[in-house]
Amino acid sequence: MSNISLLEIDGVSKSYPGVIANENVKFTIKTGEIHALLGENGAGKSTLVKTIYGLVKPDKGLMKLNGNLYSPNEPRDARSCGVAMVFQHFSLFNALTVAENIALGMESPPSIDRLSSKIETISIEYGLPINPEKMVGSLSAGEQQRVEIIRCLLQNPKLLIMDEPTSVLTPNEIKTLFSTLKKLKREGTSILYISHKLEDIRSICDTATILRGGKNVGTCDPKKENVRNIAKMMIGETIKIPKKKSTISKLIALEVDCLNWVPRDSSQKQLKNISFKLLKGEILGIGGVAGNGQDELTDILSGEILSNKSTIRLFDNSIGDIGINKRRLLGLLTAPEERLGHAAIPDMDLIENTNLTAHTREKLVKKSGIIDWKKTQEFTKNIIKEFDVRTPNAKVAAGSLSGGNLQKFVIGREVLQKPLVFIVNQPTWGVDAAAASSIKQAILDLASTGSAVIIISQDLDELLELTDNFMAINSGEMSQKINTQGLTVDEIGLMIGGTGAYWKRHD
Amino acid sequence: MLTGNGMIRLEKRPQPSKKWTSITPFLAVLATMFVGGIMFWALGKDPIEAIRIIFWDPLFNPQFASYARPQILVKAGPLILIALGLSLGFRANIWNIGAEGQYIIGAICGAGVGLAFYPSEGWFIFPLMVIAGALGGFLWAMIPAILKIKFNTNEILVSLMLVYVAEKILVSVSLGLMRNPEGGGFPGSRNLQYYKAASNPELISGTGMHWGVLVALTLTCLTYIMLTKHTLGFQIKISGQSNKAARFSGTSPSVVTAICLGVSGALAGLAGLFEVSGPSGQISIDFNVGYGFTAIIVAFLGRLNPFGILLAGLLMALTYIGGELAQFMLGLPAAAIQAFQGMLLFFLLAGDILTNYRPKFTYKKRL
Repeated sequence: MSNISLLEIDGVSKSYPGVIANENVKFTIKTGEIHALLGENGAGKSTLVKTIYGLVKPDKGLMKLNGNLYSPNEPRDARSCGVAMVFQHFSLFNALTVAENIALGMESPPSIDRLSSKIETISIEYGLPINPEKMVGSLSAGEQQRVEIIRCLLQNPKLLIMDEPTSVLTPNEIKTLFSTLKKLKREGTSILYISHKLEDIRSICDTATILRGGKNVGTCDPKKENVRNIAKMMIGETIKIPKKKSTISKLIALEVDCLNWVPRDSSQKQLKNISFKLLKGEILGIGGVAGNGQDELTDILSGEILSNKSTIRLFDNSIGDIGINKRRLLGLLTAPEERLGHAAIPDMDLIENTNLTAHTREKLVKKSGIIDWKKTQEFTKNIIKEFDVRTPNAKVAAGSLSGGNLQKFVIGREVLQKPLVFIVNQPTWGVDAAAASSIKQAILDLASTGSAVIIISQDLDELLELTDNFMAINSGEMSQKINTQGLTVDEIGLMIGGTGAYWKRHD
Repeated sequence: MLTGNGMIRLEKRPQPSKKWTSITPFLAVLATMFVGGIMFWALGKDPIEAIRIIFWDPLFNPQFASYARPQILVKAGPLILIALGLSLGFRANIWNIGAEGQYIIGAICGAGVGLAFYPSEGWFIFPLMVIAGALGGFLWAMIPAILKIKFNTNEILVSLMLVYVAEKILVSVSLGLMRNPEGGGFPGSRNLQYYKAASNPELISGTGMHWGVLVALTLTCLTYIMLTKHTLGFQIKISGQSNKAARFSGTSPSVVTAICLGVSGALAGLAGLFEVSGPSGQISIDFNVGYGFTAIIVAFLGRLNPFGILLAGLLMALTYIGGELAQFMLGLPAAAIQAFQGMLLFFLLAGDILTNYRPKFTYKKRL
C-alpha cells in the first residue's frame, strides 16, 4: 500500500425524489489498498458505487482519478478508465461457456481459443481455478464469481469494486478469494470492498469508510478498531444480539420420510433418500454450498413441487401430495430464497405482494373469489409496523425497497400468519446487519412460541447462532441431524463438503 | 476520453409512470395522424383532407354520418369483444394470436345450430346459437392451450396456424355442408337476417346496436371488476409478472393458460356468432375480415384495460369506416389504410418506452 491516492471522492451528493442517497461523501482510495465500504442497507453504498461505476450521475461533488477529473457517463467510460466491478448478482448466461460469457462483455473479443488461453493464464496466476470450456450453469456460485473476477482482471483494472463478494461463498472459497485479493493488492490494484460482514472486513481491509444515512460517518483502520464500535458507527446504535430461548417439545411437527425426487430438467438437483424429524419449537439448520439441492428441498417442503403423499407429514396429516395453499391452511409457511420474482413481485406494490401468500391463511379472499383489499391493506400495514419495514407507504413497488427492508417484509408476512412450521431459505442473504439481527430475533421469537422452524442457509455463522440442530446438504443428500451446540465452523465446513462422521451414504 | 455525450439518454424509472401509461395512446394517435399524413401526401393526396375524412366525416359530415355512425358500433362490437378476451392472456404472457380462427369457428358453430333448426321458430334457437358460438371458439382455442400445457408448444405459432385451418374449413362449409340449397348454387349459407328466430337484428334502429354490442359493453364492466377485485384477475396478473411467484402463490400456470386461451377463444367465437347472425348474415367464403388480428392492436391500444379497450375499439372502428370513406372519396389504396392502422400500434409500442424510461437530454461537454 502506498500513499498515492488513486480515487478521491469529494463531496459527492445524490438525491432521489424523497430520499437523500448520498450527502457530501468524502474519502480517498489509495493505490494498492483494500478499502472497505461499510453500511446498513439504504446507507447509500449502492448509489455511491454506482456513481463510481458510471451508472448514476451525482448531483453535486467531484471525483478525481489519479489526480484527473473523473466523471463517467456510463460503465464503459469507467471501464476504459480502469474501474471494474463485480456485482453481487452475477450477470452470466447459464447456457454459455465461461469463455463465451467473458467474450460477450468485451468490446472487441479475441477468438474463443485465444481468450480461453488468456483466461487460463489469469486463472493460474491469481489462484482462481476455472475451466473456460465449462457451462456457467454447471458452476457453483463461487466459481461463477471467479468468472466475473476474471472478466474484470482481463481489463487490467486499477480499481476493482466488489459488492458483497462473500455472501454466497463457503469458508474455503472465501480463503481463495482473499488470497486473490491480497495478490492483486500487492500488484498495486486498489480494491473497494463492500460488505456488512465485519469479520471479513477486519481480516482483509486496510481502511474502512462507514456510511450511514447517506453520509460518511467515519473512516478507520478496521484491524485496530473494536468491532462493536464499527457496528455502532454503522447503525448509530448498538446491535441487539438475538436472544435464544429453547422450548423444544417432544411432539413431531414435520416429518420427512425417504424423500426421493428426480428432477425434470438438468438445471435442478436430484434429491436422494432424505429423512428427518422436526420437533415443535425446534430450529433446524440445513447448511450447504449453493446448488446442492436447497432450492429443490424448499419447493418440495413448501408444496410448490408435489411428491408422494406419505413422504411428508405435518402433525397428523400426510401432505406430500397437496398443494402450497392447502399446506398454508394447515400451518406450513415458507419464505424462499429469491426475494424478487419468487417471494415477491418487484413491480407490484406491497399490498398486492401481501395477498400473494397471505390470501388463504389470513382469509383475504371471500368465498365468492372477491379479494378483500381492505383487509389485505390492514395486514400489510401491520407487517410494515411490526417488522419496521422502512417504506414511504404500502403502495410502493416491492422492487423499490432495499434488500433488507424487502426481506423484513417477506419474513414478516409469513411470521405474522403464525405458522406452525416455518421454512426459510437464506433469511439474511444480502441483508444489512441491523435488518439481519431483527430478522433473526423474529425467527427465534417464533420458535419460542412453539413453532418449528427450518433455516436453510449458506451463512454458517448464522446457523451456529440460531439453530438447535444441524444437518448438512450435499449433492441432494442430507447428513445425520446433530446438535448445533459445540459445533465449530470448521466442523460444519467439513460436513457441508460431504465428508466426516455424520454421513451415511446410501449408494 | 469519454463517449456518449450530446444525446438523449434514457434513464430507467424506478416505477413505471402511470401518467405516461395513459398519455401514450393519445400521443400515438397524434403521431399516426402526422406520419400517416406524410404518407398520404407522398401518395399525392391532400393529407389534411385525408385525415379529416378518416376521423371527422364519419361522425359529423351530414352526408355520411347517418350511414357511418351506426357502422362504428357494428365494427367496434366484435373488436371490443375479442380484444377483451385477448387482453386477459396478454396480461399473463399468453399470446393468443389466433382469435381470427376462433371467430370463424364460433360463427360456423353458431350458424350451424341456427341452420339446423331452419325453418322452425322458437325463442330458444338464438340462445342456443350463442352457446354454440362461444363453445366453438372455446374449443378451437383449447387446441393451443392443451398442446402448450401437455407439450410446452408455442401458443403463438399454434393459434396462428389454426387461423389458416379455420379459413379452409370456412371455405369448405360455404361451398358444401352449409351452402344455401335455395341459393342458385352460389357459395354461402342461407342469410340468417331473414330467419327471425336465428337473427341478431339491430336493436334500436339507426344506431347499429345489436346483441353483440350489448354483450361487449356488459363484458367490459365485468372484465374490469374481475381484473381489479377478483382473485382470478389477480392470478392472471401475477402469472404475467413471474411464473415462479405465481406458483408460490398457489396459482397453477396450466390453469391460467387454459382459462386465458379458453376465455379469449369463447369471446372471439361469440363475436363471430353475433356477426354471422347480424351484420354479415351468412357464412360465406369471405366472412372474416380481420377483426381477430385488429383486436390485438385494440387490446394494446387500450393498455389491456377494459375501458381503454372500449375506447380503442371505437377509435379503431372509426379508422375502418373513415378508411373506407377515404378509399372511396380520395381513391386511397386499401393497403395505405392498413399501414395507417399498423402505425398506430407501432407508435404505441414505441411510446411505451416512456412509461418505463425517462428521457434525459445531455449536452456535449468535454471532460
